[in-house]
Amino acid sequence: MMILNVNDQPHDVEADPRTPLLYVLRDDLKLNAAKFGCGLGQCGACTVLVDGKPVFACVTPIALLAGKKVTTLEGLGTAEEPAPIQRAFMEEQAAQCGYCIPGMMMRAQALLQTNPQASDAEIRKVLEPHLCRCGTHMRILRAIHRAQELMKTARTGDAR
Amino acid sequence: MSGDIRIVSRRAVLGGSGALIVSFGTAPRLLAQGAAAPGAQASPPPLPGSLKQTPFLDSWIRIDADGAITVCTGKAELGQGIKTALTQIAAEQLDADFAALKLVTADTAVTPDEGYTAGSQSMQESGTAILNAAAQVRQILIGEAARRFGVPTEQLKTQSAAVIAPDGRRLGYGELVSAELVHVQAAPRSFLKAPANYKIMGQPVPRVDIPAKVTGGAAYVQDLRPDGMVHARVVRPPSYGAALTYVEAAPIEKMPGVLKVVRDGSFLGVVAEREFQAIEAMRALAAAARWQESAKLPAADKLAALLMVLRPDDIKVLDRPGPGPGAGNGKTLSATYTRPYVAHGSIGPSCAVALCRDDALTVWTHTQGVYPDRDGIAEMLRMPKDKVRLIHAEGSGCYGHNGADDAAADAALLARALPDRPVRLQWTREQEHAWEPYGPAMVVKVSAAMDQAGEKIVDWDYVLWSNTHSMRPGGAGSLIAAQSLAQPFAPPPPRPIPMPAGGGDRNSIPLYKFPGARVLHHFLPDMPVRVSALRALGGYMNVFVIESFMDELAREANADPVEFRLKHLDDPRAKDVITTAAQRFGWAARKRDAAGRGYGFAFARYKNLAAYCAIACEVEVDRGSGGARMVRAVAAVDSGQAVNPDGLKNQIEGAIMQSMSWTLFESVTNDGKRITSLDWASYPILRFSGVPDSVEVHVIDRPSQPFLGSGEAGQGPAAAAVANAIADATGKRFRDLPITRERIKAAIGV
Repeated sequence: MMILNVNDQPHDVEADPRTPLLYVLRDDLKLNAAKFGCGLGQCGACTVLVDGKPVFACVTPIALLAGKKVTTLEGLGTAEEPAPIQRAFMEEQAAQCGYCIPGMMMRAQALLQTNPQASDAEIRKVLEPHLCRCGTHMRILRAIHRAQELMKTARTGDAR
Repeated sequence: MSGDIRIVSRRAVLGGSGALIVSFGTAPRLLAQGAAAPGAQASPPPLPGSLKQTPFLDSWIRIDADGAITVCTGKAELGQGIKTALTQIAAEQLDADFAALKLVTADTAVTPDEGYTAGSQSMQESGTAILNAAAQVRQILIGEAARRFGVPTEQLKTQSAAVIAPDGRRLGYGELVSAELVHVQAAPRSFLKAPANYKIMGQPVPRVDIPAKVTGGAAYVQDLRPDGMVHARVVRPPSYGAALTYVEAAPIEKMPGVLKVVRDGSFLGVVAEREFQAIEAMRALAAAARWQESAKLPAADKLAALLMVLRPDDIKVLDRPGPGPGAGNGKTLSATYTRPYVAHGSIGPSCAVALCRDDALTVWTHTQGVYPDRDGIAEMLRMPKDKVRLIHAEGSGCYGHNGADDAAADAALLARALPDRPVRLQWTREQEHAWEPYGPAMVVKVSAAMDQAGEKIVDWDYVLWSNTHSMRPGGAGSLIAAQSLAQPFAPPPPRPIPMPAGGGDRNSIPLYKFPGARVLHHFLPDMPVRVSALRALGGYMNVFVIESFMDELAREANADPVEFRLKHLDDPRAKDVITTAAQRFGWAARKRDAAGRGYGFAFARYKNLAAYCAIACEVEVDRGSGGARMVRAVAAVDSGQAVNPDGLKNQIEGAIMQSMSWTLFESVTNDGKRITSLDWASYPILRFSGVPDSVEVHVIDRPSQPFLGSGEAGQGPAAAAVANAIADATGKRFRDLPITRERIKAAIGV
C-alpha cells in the first residue's frame, strides 16, 4: 500500500507498485480524464502532471510517485467552474470525439504554467507527442491561445 | 457513471408512472412498404427520412404529462456533434427550449432501429425524421389546444413548449398531450416553420457533450464503472486465421486476481479483478499460447498487381458510349493510381462492458449499429434477439467500422462465462491496429480523350479494382470472436454496396459532363486482408483519382485547374462551392512566395448526392527530406440547410486533416504472414509538425433545402487538393498513395 497525492488529496492505494498510474487513476480513483490510448507512450492521451511536469500515465509505475504531486484534468476545474484552459476549449468548441483532448490540455497547461507567453511555434512543438485522429488540431491550437489570454486576464493570478 | 447497473425497461426509461407512451411505435415493415398493385391509385408520397421505417410520431418525440420532452434517435454520437444538431432540430420545430429537451441515442430497447450511424446519413435520415415528427407533434398539440380553447388554430402560437391563445391563456405540451394524440403515424408532409423564423436551427449552438469531455466528466464507454465490474483482455492470434493448438491455462488461472480464463476454439480471453492483473494475465496467456499460422499476405510492392489478377465480379457502373477513346482527334491521356490498406486508427482502442444476468445480456458499446451488432451477438451466443440489448456509449472517434463490434462480441462471450459480473473488455493498441478491418486497397486505371482543340474532355474511361467496403455485422460471421469459436461462424460472402451510394465505386462517376464516359468496377470477392468501411469508402480514392487526373488534363489543356473544372460542370451548386473556395483562397492571384511551394484545388459532391465540397490548398515541400506539409487550406461546403454551422465546419476541418494524414503518411504493412503496423511508431499519422498554418471553412447555407450529409464530404477533395499542390510544387505527379517523403524525395532526385 502507498499514499498517492492526486489533485491535492492523499489516497491510500492498494495496487502492485508496478501498476501504471493510468489504471490507478481510472480504476481506483475513478477519474475519467486520463485516457488509455496506446499503453506505449506514443499518443499522449494519458498525459497528467507529476510535480507540474507532463508524464505519460500509461507507462509510469506508481512506485515512482511516492511523495510526488499528481495533477489530472479534474484537478484544474469542473464543468460548472472551469479553469481557463477548460473554458478556452469549450469556447473554441475544440473537440470532436474529444478522447485525446484531456492529454493535450494537460501538456498545454504545463507549458503555460512555465511559459505563459509561449509562441505558436512553441505550442506546436510541445504538442508533438500528442495524436488527434479526428483532425481537431486547428481548434486545439486556437483553444490554447485563448487559454493564454484567459490566464492573463484571470484576476486571481494563480496558475489555474 | 459508477453505481449499480439497472437493466431498465423502456417504460421506465421514458418516464415511469407518469409516461403516456402506450406502445413502441414501430409499424410492421410490411405496412411501411406501401404494397400498391400496378395500376392502382397512386400511393401516398413516401414518408420523410427514417419515418419511412419507423412512422409513429411517439417513436421519435415523447412528451410526459409533467411536460418532460424526450427525443429519440437510432443514430449514435461519434464525436460528429449529432446529439446537438438533432436536439436543435427538435427544439426548433417543437418550439421548446433547447436545454429542456432530453435526447436518447441508439439503444435496442428504446430507440428506433436506424441501422448504422454511417455514410454521412444521420442528418438526412434521423434529422429529417425528427424535423418532421417534431413539426407534426407541434401541430397536433396546437389542434388539441384549439379544441380546448375554442379558438381557431391560426390564432394560436407556441412558445417554450406551450400553446398560447390570443387572450393569454396558455396550455403546456404536457397538459395537452395524451397517448392517443401522438401515437399516430406521420403524414407525408409537415407544416415546417419558415427558415427565416428559425431561432435554434442554423445557430452555432455549443455542443452538449463538450463540457464533460474537457473536465473529466463521464463521457465514454471506457468511463463506465458499474459496481462489481471486473476487467478482461483477449489474446488474439498472431495472424489471420491462426488456430490455437495448445495453451496451458492452469498457471494463468492461479495468477493474482485472475477469475477465469475463457477458451472456446481459438477464442482466448481472461477476466481478472483488477485491470493491471488482467493485462499481466493476458501477457502470460499470449506467451503460453501455441498457434498454427496459415496466412499469406500480399507484399506492398506487389499489391496492385495482385488486386488486378484476383477473380473479379464485374459491375458496369456507367456506360455512356460517346465517341470512344481517341475519337476526339485530340490527345488521350492514361494513368494508373493506387491506394494501400488504411487503418481507422481510433485513438482509444475498442472497449465494451457486458453483463449477463438471468439469461439476458446487456452490452454497452461504441458500435455504429446497435441493432445489427445485437443481431450478430445474439446469433453468436445462440440467444433470442429480445434477450440481448445493446446500448450505445461513446468511444473515441471510429471513422467507420473499427474494432467496436468485435470488442462488443468479445465482452459478450466473456460476460456469459462470468454471469452477474459486469465485464469490461479493453483491446490493446496492438490489437486495434492488427485486427480492425482496414479501408480496402484499390487500383484505378483511367484514360481520357480531349477534343481537337485540346480544350475539353470528350471521352472518359475509368476502371477500378476493389474489395467490398462493408463487412459490417448483421450476422455473427462478421465478428472475429464468432469466427474463432470451436463451432465457428463463417464470414458472410462479401457483397458490393449498390449505386448510387456505392462502395468501391462510390463517387466513381464523374460529375463533369463528358460526352462519352464509362466506369467499370472489378469487384473482388477474395480478400487478402480483413477490410470494411472506412470514412468515405471508395469516395476517398475515386475523388483522389478523378480530381488528380482532371489536373493532369488541365495541364495538358494549358488551362487553369479551376477554370477547367467549371468548363465541364453544369450544376450551379457545384459551381458555387468551387468559386467560393477559389475566391476565399485568392486562387486567381496566387503566386509562389517561396521555392518548394505549390497550389492545389479539388472538388466533389459526396456520393454525387450529398454535400458539395471544394478545397484549395497550398503546400510546401522540403527539398531536403522530401516531406510535404499543407500550409493553408480554404474549403467551401454546401450541405443544404445548415443546422449547426460550427459543427459543420468542425467536420470539414477534421476531414481535411484526417484525409491529409491518410494521403501523406499512411499504409498498413505486413511481412507476408503477419500485420506489422501495430502501433503509432510503425503506422505513423499526422502530428503537430505537419499541421497547417491555417484552415478555413466557408459554409454556403441553403435554407429550406434538404439536409445533405457532410461528415465524409471533405475526404476526397482534401486528398486530391494536396496531391495537386505537391504536383504543382515539384513538377512531379504522384499516383501511388501515400505520398510519403521517401517517394517525393526519390521523384525529385535531391
